[in-house]
Formats: sequence, structure tokens, C-alpha cells
Amino acid sequence: MAGEKPVAFVAERQIPPSPPPVRTGGALGWARDNLFSGVFNTVATLLSLAFVAYILAMVVPWLFLDSVWNASSLQGCREVDDGACLAVINERFLQFVFGFYPEELRWRPILAFVLLFVAIWPALFSSAPRKLLIFSALYPLLAYWLIWGGSLWGPVGAVVGIAIGWACIRFLPSLVRGRLDEGLAFLAAVGAGILATALWWLFGVIAFEEALDGVVAIGLEPVESARLGGFLLSTIIGVSGIAGSLPIGIVLALGRQSNLILIKAVCVGFIEFIRGVPLITLLFVAWLLLSYFLPPGTEFDLILRVVIMVTAFASAYMAEVIRGGLAGLPTGQYEAADSLGLDYWKSMRLIILPQALKISIPGIVNTFIGLFKDTTLVIIIGLLDPVGLLQPIRADQNWNGIVWELYGFIALFFFIFCFAMSRYSMYLERNLDVGHR
Amino acid sequence: MKLKTTLVAAAAATAFSVGAHAATLDDVKAKGFIQCGVSTGLAGFAFTDSDGNWDGFDVVFCRATAAAVFGDPNAIKFTPTTGKTRFTALASGEIDVLYRNTTWTLSRDVDLKFSFLGVNYYDGQGFMIRKDMGVSSASELDGATVCIQTGTTTELNLADFFRANNMSYEPVPIETNAEAQQKYLANACDVYTTDASGLAATRATFEDPENHVILPEIISKEPLGPLVRHGDNAWGDIVRWVLNALIIAEEKGITAANVDSMASADTKDPEIKRLLGVEGNYGEMLGLSADWAVHAIKTGGNYGEIFEKHIGENTAIGLARGLNQLWTKGGILYAPPFR
Repeated sequence: MAGEKPVAFVAERQIPPSPPPVRTGGALGWARDNLFSGVFNTVATLLSLAFVAYILAMVVPWLFLDSVWNASSLQGCREVDDGACLAVINERFLQFVFGFYPEELRWRPILAFVLLFVAIWPALFSSAPRKLLIFSALYPLLAYWLIWGGSLWGPVGAVVGIAIGWACIRFLPSLVRGRLDEGLAFLAAVGAGILATALWWLFGVIAFEEALDGVVAIGLEPVESARLGGFLLSTIIGVSGIAGSLPIGIVLALGRQSNLILIKAVCVGFIEFIRGVPLITLLFVAWLLLSYFLPPGTEFDLILRVVIMVTAFASAYMAEVIRGGLAGLPTGQYEAADSLGLDYWKSMRLIILPQALKISIPGIVNTFIGLFKDTTLVIIIGLLDPVGLLQPIRADQNWNGIVWELYGFIALFFFIFCFAMSRYSMYLERNLDVGHR
Repeated sequence: MKLKTTLVAAAAATAFSVGAHAATLDDVKAKGFIQCGVSTGLAGFAFTDSDGNWDGFDVVFCRATAAAVFGDPNAIKFTPTTGKTRFTALASGEIDVLYRNTTWTLSRDVDLKFSFLGVNYYDGQGFMIRKDMGVSSASELDGATVCIQTGTTTELNLADFFRANNMSYEPVPIETNAEAQQKYLANACDVYTTDASGLAATRATFEDPENHVILPEIISKEPLGPLVRHGDNAWGDIVRWVLNALIIAEEKGITAANVDSMASADTKDPEIKRLLGVEGNYGEMLGLSADWAVHAIKTGGNYGEIFEKHIGENTAIGLARGLNQLWTKGGILYAPPFR
């Protein structure tokens, strides 16, 4: 059995791995590698820590320990404690959310807000049922009806207008087939469709609404624009601007690359004009010049005017962002689309735009975030968005003198919205990353 | 030829729009409410309460006008206007009357084509300074750093005042009153100057108001009052006389509480009788009901009551009546006779 004697220096089994030295693994190792890896880093880390501690030592007691939630005035706050006077936010919270929206009707904007998520779900996540897109398309009018109220037949009339336009574009070309060049026929049909829709909206809708109201009156109590304010107003302007600017921006970007000189000129002119003018100027035009030009007594809702201007503004920027995406595609992609025999719209829809939009995501979201924050500019024309509400609230004798609490609260709101958008864009980029790099 | 046609059309359009504006009283009566332009927020003068209702010194005058026309102080809608949008809102017909602590100046009256209808608050520019600076008069401010709102008449008044007194100063330009409060409290400037009412309101918000003084010198005239468009005389008369009625009511001791009994009881004073519509047809002359002034006074009381409630000495703003006292009590508040 001597030959069987184990050889002393041959291991019979693998030695189990020992844990890494304390200095390189775990939290300590991470800190060593990342925070204290050299003299410079160590000093920088200590300074930063000191700075963070300094800020927290000021903010935490002020905001959490010594803050006052229940008081009826700034003086009342000061009598209780010397921290943040959050009682103002406690008292005015609903005003910040809804502006002056009638209290008993506030379920309507809330419902519209909830439905907004249903409407954008299919647009944001590919796992959503596709049929929801129909709801998304109808959502703007539904939200309009919920928030502003009035007769149901107004929004329905608007949908009819779109249907008329669509029918023109869909069926007119086949009527003139053979007699006109195909592209020309299509162009004429688009023009006719837009014209028909516009005419219907200008003249047909009101008659339609009145006629149907006579038959079955379905309506919600109307709420006038002056009562909208706060985050509701920011969200209305921001969301409509975002939802409107992407499709219009795509059309403008494609138009700018068009071979048809007229379309190209119109798109370039629009983009360059809008980009050359500050948003405040456009808001002033919406507010002021239009009130001079329109005949007195014309009802053209101020918020609607602002939404149109903000959308136009964002569209011009969006068009340039998307043009960047289009330019970023190799010519081979265009040629490949052509060689498959796809027509212009199919090649754009199936080949070019999906890639171009993917490249443009960071720029698109950038524009969205900028647009959302720009909604605070409406304060200039006297609309009471959250920042605009600060003034009447601070003018109340009870709350005069409060600054940080209110601005901080508004900043928090905008941060939540913008941060959510930016996280979503990162998610989208990760999801769409099919590895061209 | 074409140009001529265009011009004629434009002139016709202008005439049409002016014509449409001229009868604001009819328009107001037809739509059933007054569209009143107010500030987007000025302490004591215009603010919103927690239910979202507008209130404040200027707002009550507007409501009283609505009460005079419709008998209902809530027959009114408010348009918050900024310093930049207020005049356009009025000129374009978006609002019927502007009650937005607006200073009556020649150029606004003549060049911008508005009619000022009286003064509901006599203001003036003052200075606020820390007490421990030991300054008791504005003439000792040589070399001071001054927080001043840019683009306002106060900026020009300040330059005039220092030049006239041969003093120098260092301006710290600021944009809003809120910013001024912060800057001043952070010692970025020695002195803060704006309208005296604004200074008082600002000081009232400090944690230690007793350590700040408002210097006695008032360096400008700022008569603040309501205005309407030029050529809107019938409508302007109503706004003017509602304001006058509230001032006369204070003179005669008519308050929100006793106006009903005054109107029904057999008062001796003929002017009270005329004012409250017991005698004469003054309401009819204005195109209003006979008891229009009763409704107006009931809204928020007489001038003195409105003042005390919103900006008077018992409020956080804490303004003394000063110039805004009745002429019989040492002020310059003086309404023409009601006859």
C-alpha cells in the first residue's frame, strides 16, 4: 500500500477560494478605489463630504425638524418654530394643483390626468395593446371636453372635421386617377383635405353642435379658461406642446428635405422664423396682437392661443433635432429602401424614421424638457401657472414674505416631471439599442 | 388703388372696433358682468385667498362697481395683468376697467389714450433702511447702495432726487419686490426704495420689523387710480362715481352695517338721501338703478372701511391713512359734491 501513499505536495482537491482582502473588496474596497485612490481624490472627497454635511446641516433642520405644517399665517409659523413655513403649501396645495378650478368639478381634470397615462401607455411601451392607440388619438378631444366642459358635440364635431379631411386625402386621388400625375393628385388631395377640415371647423362645427344639442343635449358644466391655473395649466400646455410638436416636427423635418421647392421653402421658412424669435415674443403675439387683430368679442381662448404658439415653437426645434437624426443615417439606408421598391412614405415609415428617431431620442427628450420648463413663461402674459400663482399668494397678508418654501415646492414639481422624462428616455435608448456600435 | 382699398378697409375696421368699444356700458350690461384688470398680486391690494377668490383693496373697488351696475358684487371676472400687459389689455378691450395701482401720469392719460377717473390711493416713493445705520433722513443717504426695481418710474425718481440733492448712490438693480426683500435682508444694499405702501408691506413681513425704519421723506407723487379707455364717458362716469360714492359715504358716516337703515330711515341730510337714491334720479342719470350706491357701499363698506380692512394700521401691511385721510381730517381725499 506504500505506492498508494498520498504525495504530500499534491493537493487532493481544489482549495476553496478565499474572500478578497478587505482592502480591495466590499464597500471599503470600493471607497478606496473610487474615493481615496490618491492624494487629490482624498482631498476632493473630504471637501465634498464637508460641503454636503454643511448643506444638510442647514436644510434638514429647516425643512424637517423645525418646519411648521399647521398655521394660518407666516406670523403664526414664526410663533411655533423657526424652520420652513410649509403651512402655506398645506393651505394652498389645491390651488397650486388646480388654480381656481371649481372645487366640485375637480374630478374632471383628475380623470383627464389619469386617462392621460392610459393614452400615452401605448406610445411609451411596446408591450401595451395596440388598439389603445385609437383611444390615444381621441384623447386630446376627450381631455379638452373634460377640462373645459361644454357640449359633447363640440369635440365630436372636431372629430368629424378630421374625418372629412381624412376622407378627402383617402378617396380624392382615386377619383382623378389617370387624369393627373399621381404625386400631384396626392398633393392636391392633401390640400383639399386640409381646406375641407379648416372650413368645417370654422363654419360647420358650431351649426353641427347646435343642431345635435337640439336633439340630445349631452354636456358638462363649462369652465372658463381664467379658472385654470397651477400645475394643471403647466401640464395642459406642456403635454399638448409635447404631443403636438413631435408629429409636426417630423413632418417639418421631412419637408425640409423634400425635393418639391414649395414644400421645402414653406418648411425652411417656418423653422427659421420660429427659431429666430424668442418664445416670449411669440407669447406676446398670442396674447396681445391677436386681441388687436381679432374683431372685438371674438372668443379665441387665450390658453388655446398659447398652446398653439408653444407647439409651433417646439415643433421648429423638434424638426431640427429630427433632421439631425435623418442626416445621421448612412445613404445606404435610403438606397436600400429604394431598392426594395418602397414608395416614399413606406420607406420613411419602415426604414428611415425608426432609425432616425432612435438616434434623435436624447435630442427629442431634451426639447421636451426644455418645452415643459418654458411653460412658466406664460406668467408674462398674466396666466397663473405655478410660478404665476406665487404672486397672488405672496400678496396675501398672511403669507407675504415667504420665498424659499414656495419656490422649492415648485422646483420639486418640475424636477419630478423632468427627471421622469429623462429616465424614460434612457430606458428607451437601452431598449432600442440593437447593437450598431 | 389696391393700397387705397386696403387703407379704407383698415380705417373702417378701426372705426368699427372703436364703435364697438364706445358703448362699454351697454356691452357690460349685455354680458352681465364686469371684466376687471387687477394686479397679479400685490400685498393688500390684490391677492387670492385659499378658495381662489380675489380680494384686496383694489379688488373691492372693482367689486363695488359691479355691485353698483348689477346689484351683485360677484358679477365680475378678474384678469390678472402684469406691469407689461395692463395697458394693452385695456386698450384692446380685453378688460373693461383697470384697477391696478396704476400711477396717473400725463403720458398715460394723453398718449396711451386712457381716462383716469380719480385716485383711490395716494402713494409716494420712500426709503427703508436698517435702524442701526443711524440714518433719520433721506438727505443723509450720500454714498448709499440702493436696491431699486429696474424699468420703473421709481428708478427715475431716485436719480432725480439724488441729483437734486447733490448726492451720489450706487444702484443695485433688482427685478421684483420679492427679490428686493431677499437682497435687502442679505445686506446687499443699505437702502430699499419703492412706493411707501410697498415698503410698509415689505417691512411687515420681516421677522424683526422694529429694526427697520421707513424714512419720512416721500420723493414722488404716485396717485393710483382706476382707468378706462378714452371716449368711454358713460362707462367712465359710473366707475368715477362709484369711487366718489364710497368716499362720500365715509364723509357722511355711512357704513356697510348701517347703509340699509340710513336708506330707509328718515335721515335729515339731503346729500345722504341723494346718494342712497331716496331722493332725486341720480341713478337714472348714470343709467343705473336708484339704489346703486347702497349696493356699492354694502360690498366692502365705505372708503375708510375698505382701507382699514385691507391695508390699514390693524393689518399686517399697517399703513397709516396719511394723505388718504378725508380732507376734513387732514388728508387730501376730496370727492366732488353729490348733486
